[in-house]
Order: sequence, then structure tokens, then C-alpha cells
Amino acid sequence: MTIDLEEFLAGSGIDMRTMEHWFAREWIMQFQAEDARPRIPEIDAARAIFIRDLKLDFGVNDEGIEIVLHLVDQLHGLRRAMLALHTETVKRPG
Amino acid sequence: MSNPYVILGVEPTASGEEITKAYRRLAKKLHPDLNPGDKAAEERFKDVANAYRLLSKGENRKRFDAGEIDEAGAERPRQRYYRDYAGADRANPYANDEAFGDFAAGDDPFAEILRRAASARANRRGQDLHYRSPITLAESIAGASKRLGLPSGDTLDVTIPAGIIDGQTLRLKGKGAPGTGEAGPGDALIEVEVLPDRRFVREGDDLTLEWPISLTEAVLGEAIRVPTPTGEVTMTLPPSTSSGARLRLKGNGAPRRGGGRGDQFVRLKIVLPRQVDPELSEFVTNWEAGKAFNPREEGVG
Repeated sequence: MTIDLEEFLAGSGIDMRTMEHWFAREWIMQFQAEDARPRIPEIDAARAIFIRDLKLDFGVNDEGIEIVLHLVDQLHGLRRAMLALHTETVKRPG
Repeated sequence: MSNPYVILGVEPTASGEEITKAYRRLAKKLHPDLNPGDKAAEERFKDVANAYRLLSKGENRKRFDAGEIDEAGAERPRQRYYRDYAGADRANPYANDEAFGDFAAGDDPFAEILRRAASARANRRGQDLHYRSPITLAESIAGASKRLGLPSGDTLDVTIPAGIIDGQTLRLKGKGAPGTGEAGPGDALIEVEVLPDRRFVREGDDLTLEWPISLTEAVLGEAIRVPTPTGEVTMTLPPSTSSGARLRLKGNGAPRRGGGRGDQFVRLKIVLPRQVDPELSEFVTNWEAGKAFNPREEGVG
């Protein structure tokens, strides 16, 4: 569920300052750092990689990233609703 | 993977800039996180990304063109994408329901299902937020109520208990960042910083105050008023008190770890009037016992 934060940063090429900037903009939720070695939830790590791709590979600026994340979050909300509808109608046809 | 030039749709003579442009155009369309429902996008994106990795570095491209390495050289182990964690069947604290709020508002079975899907938002406890609160020594002894201004513009009322020590942290349950779903908010953690009181020299939990007394007070021994961190107290000087004498006010120091307080010491300093007083001068001139006393032989105090 979680991975070591430092190993993640080293592997992804994202530095801690950048990560803190993303926390501050609320692109990624700050996670609980209870241990001496902080760990990051896998979903947050994957979201950080997505933001990195948008920024570095696609050249999207901060304003653009905000819009993309907002729409992607809506998309996932919609997909969950679609799945619920699908499950209900298949389970109880008619 | 087949020929990277074909995958990117560029000529083998394309410039680096053209290759980057072609890659970005394709990647924007194929990135798996921009196509959460398209299983095939991932495979195609991987090919495009590998092709770009091979051709975007001059050294690799030269070696590929010379036939020294093939397409497989640039392949990377499969990466997991955001969509793998954010998927419809997983708890995703980021997903929101704004896109179908209008459909979910209705009074039909369809809306009912949507509402259930909306309320199934992942539960994640809010973040603990950290603050610092500087307080005076007097506040650390007596306790205080503080209103902290938060970066968000809100305020946070904190009751500082009496006897708190420097560096101690207060935890306000539920005053941190809000959680998602049904999970509660995090806590606010307030680290207390006890500011030094410049009137006192502090050593551990003990305080020392240098305090001037008059010659009259020193000779006769009188009750004098002395400041402590929390206000003045009366202290009685023994008759014939010397400069440098150190008197103790027990339990008037800074709060001690584990309860109680250190001591306050008062180091006395006899201060004479700026102008020589003729009466005093005359008295001392004729004071035989005073002339006979040599403090360098008797020792002080």
C-alpha cells in the first residue's frame, strides 16, 4: 500500500522540493509521516508520476496541470458511477 | 517494438526537435492516465515512449542508426500508472462526483445508485498540521490562551497548560486537515517555544536575577520587592548583606520537566549614590571598626 518515500523520489527523479510544491497546491494529499523513514501511499506515488509526465514530457504548465487533474478526478468519479450502474443492472436485470 | 521512426511517424532524417514534437503529440493522446478506459493505450504508449527514449538521446540514436543496438535496447520494465490505483473499483480519495451531481439529484432508482457510488468515496484521515507557538516564560508558568493565525486565514484557539516546557508539543485532536469520505480530520500539533525573559539568566530550570540594593538596605537588612517571572514578591535581606550575596527564592524558577519548578536566585549588588554624600563620607572617615575590617582577610559573605 505504501512505498519508501526516498526510494520513490530517487527512482522517479522527482525531488522533495518539487513534491512539497505539489502538496502545497493540493495536487497530492499530504500523507501521514509517522515513521522515521517516511513512506508514500502507492496511489500518491503513481499520481506524482502522472504529474511529472504532464510537466516534463508534455510541457503542461501549472495552470494546465490543475485543469487536467480536476478533469481526471471527475473522470474517475464518473467511472466509479458507471461501474456501480453496470453492476446494479447486471445483478438485477430488468 | 518495430522501427522507432515508424512508431513516431517521423523521417529518419528528422531533427531532435521534430522527434520531440511527434512524441508529445502522440503521448498526449496515448498516455494511459489520460485514457483510463482504454486497455490498448498502454501498449501503444509504451512503444511510443520507448521509441522516443531511443531517439531523443543523440548517442543512442547514432548507435541505433549504425545498427549497433536495436529497438529492444530501450525497453523498460512495465510501469504502473495512476489509473491502476485510481480505478473505478478501488478506493480513490481524489475522485470526485461533480461530473454527475445533477443526475444523482433525482428521485429515481438510477439516481439512487449514483448517490451510493458518490458516497463510497475512499476514507482517508486528514493530515496532521504542525505549528509553532512562541510564549513568554510567564505564560509557560501560569498557562495561557493563544489564538494562532493559520496560513489558510483561519484561527486556532490553543489553551497552553501551566507548567509547559520549551519544545513540548500539544496535540489538538481533529484540528488538522480535513479527511475524505468518512475518515476524520487530522490533528494540529503545536510545538511550544518558550522565549527567554531578558531580566533573568537561565541555567536549566533555575533563574538568576541581578538586583541592586542600597547601602541602607544592605546594612540594616530590610524587606525589599524583587521581580519574579510572574510578578513581584517580598524578600527579606539579612542585616549586613554584601554585594554578590545570592539569595534563593525556592520554586520560583522555570517549569521543570515532569512537574514542579526550578529556583530563582537573586544576586545582590550594593549601589551607592552617584554623588558622594558629605554625611556618609564624614561617618566613614571616623568609623574605626570599618577601617579595622579587611574583607580580603576575612573572606566575603
